[in-house]
Amino acid sequence: MTPASSASVLSNADGDLALRCSGLHRFLGRDEGRVHVLKGVSFEARRGQVYAIVGPSGCGKSTLLYLLGLLDQPDEGTIEIKGTVMSNTDDLARTAARGEHIGFVFQFHFLMLEFTALENVMMPMRKLGRLSPLAMQERAQSLLESVGLGNKTHRLGTHLSGGEQQRVAVARALANDPAILLADEPTGNLDVKNSSLVFDLLTRLAKERGQAVVLVTHNPDIAQRCDHTRPMRDGVFV
Amino acid sequence: MSPNLRIAFRFLTAKKRAMLMSLSCTVLGVGLFIVTQATTSGFEQFFIRTILGTDGAMRIEDRMQDTMRSMAASGGSQFQVRQKEGVKYIEGVEQPAAIADAVERYADVRGVSAVLRGNVQVKSSFKTEDAQVFGISLEDHLRVSDLADQIVSGSLQQLGESPSAAVVGRVLADRLQLSTGDSFVISTRAESRRYHVAAIYETGVRDIDKVRVYVSFSEARSLLHKPAGATFIQINLVDPNRAPALAEQMESALGYKVTPWQDREKTWLAVFRALRISSAITVTVFTLIAGLAMFNTLAMIVLEKTKDIAILRSMGYERRDVTQIFLWQAGIVLAIGSAIGALLGAAVTWAVSQVPLPINGIFKTEHFIVTWEPQHYAYAVITAITMVMIASLVPARRAARLEPGDVIRGTAQ
Repeated sequence: MTPASSASVLSNADGDLALRCSGLHRFLGRDEGRVHVLKGVSFEARRGQVYAIVGPSGCGKSTLLYLLGLLDQPDEGTIEIKGTVMSNTDDLARTAARGEHIGFVFQFHFLMLEFTALENVMMPMRKLGRLSPLAMQERAQSLLESVGLGNKTHRLGTHLSGGEQQRVAVARALANDPAILLADEPTGNLDVKNSSLVFDLLTRLAKERGQAVVLVTHNPDIAQRCDHTRPMRDGVFV
Repeated sequence: MSPNLRIAFRFLTAKKRAMLMSLSCTVLGVGLFIVTQATTSGFEQFFIRTILGTDGAMRIEDRMQDTMRSMAASGGSQFQVRQKEGVKYIEGVEQPAAIADAVERYADVRGVSAVLRGNVQVKSSFKTEDAQVFGISLEDHLRVSDLADQIVSGSLQQLGESPSAAVVGRVLADRLQLSTGDSFVISTRAESRRYHVAAIYETGVRDIDKVRVYVSFSEARSLLHKPAGATFIQINLVDPNRAPALAEQMESALGYKVTPWQDREKTWLAVFRALRISSAITVTVFTLIAGLAMFNTLAMIVLEKTKDIAILRSMGYERRDVTQIFLWQAGIVLAIGSAIGALLGAAVTWAVSQVPLPINGIFKTEHFIVTWEPQHYAYAVITAITMVMIASLVPARRAARLEPGDVIRGTAQ
């Protein structure tokens, strides 16, 4: 295991490369229930490009996404975020990288329901602490306006519809202007209209800001509209 | 407001019922701690004040006559050994003036009074009672006791002016049906003399009030036919808590037995100590309950907020942030609970102090006695902090250990 302090900075020949992983293996479960979920997966994502990872349930799409998002650690293989090897670094280094370089959108919104839409969007900014409180508020307001919720900034999460909650989640994922946006079935819980709205939003904002978007989806229409589609089966890209 | 504190506050206010439960337990724990400390130490301190005000912080009385034998060893050295044979117990203080003079040189000594005591019978026109005459020099004795404050009728002044003036205890006066100005007779084996009641005192200590009759030191010497010496020397100290250490020093320097008030009153002090321990056990149980309530609340919040914790972690919040968020919740409950608990404790302490409770015997009071000590409040808060923080650490650490990937995947254990 490589400690954080020795996380090496690899040469990044192509400045557009936001994310790269190679030879990722991941086992889940224990003893007899141990399953080899990822079997040597390699992947790259460039800024301004939208990638769809598709495949049947249980093929390892979400597991790969969590590994790329540094929410989990691979059993084997490397993950580079903006040229820095982050796999198998310590929790502190991975947490810092998540806050600074990665934005997440999950299938079930995962808004913090005791907080307003504005507060939810400000939450990653508050942790990163780069902006003044006023600047954070202005940025959160602007992000919410760009997802069409400028008039609902002070509504609690519980007072927003499913589609609205997911749009707040998109705004929150963009809060710290991350290089990588990872979305796990971002439209999986929405109707057709809202699915299209959220996907358009995600891709438009990411392209405007030059972010690499990697999304896992079951929806063939959504996958077709991405710049790249990577089908997966049994833990490998096919 | 820090982001962690903000999140902690929202988490907590979202679980109003659970928060109110742990808040109530903290308030009760802190409040009860203060009340029990105030009431238990109230009686104890009042008792100590009473006994210091009557019999002083220390007494010098009696001694063992030294029986030393000199021995010579080869080489010309000499040393002395104590031997048991021929040891004599000598009652009283043989040279009170010299001893008092030596004692007054100790820095902590506030006053010294030589007292001559003797058993007598006191006769009024109504009844005869056994009693004890205490011969005192008024000026000296007022420096070692609260006699001036214990006078319930008459004037102490006459004690120094008239040889026939006597100050009688309230219980004895009641038994003999004596009032200020009444005359009565004090009889020893040798003679009887007539005195008048100059004043009546009440210490609240029944054993004192029913037997002691104060007369002037010279009058007692004449009445008891004791031309020299004193029965004991009563000493008052600036800091009565130093009495045991000082008594030890004086005992070795003066050769007399010196008894500090802690030894003299150890039976009652042991009773108060037992009461204090008993109330401490009760209070500990209550603060434990407060701790358990906090544990329960936080454990519940951790269970319900696993997804929120995962989201926070995915946004860059560190494990220590998660721990802090949960400790902040305990901190908020503690701060509010301690403040309300202290107010509740003060209010209940005041209410208890108003409860009529006539006690006469070991001290005299008409109401429940309480003390107002800032350290009771400090101890209550410190105990609550310790209990609640210990109880909060387990759920806080559990929350911090959650792996965000596991939670989001839905496999969090």
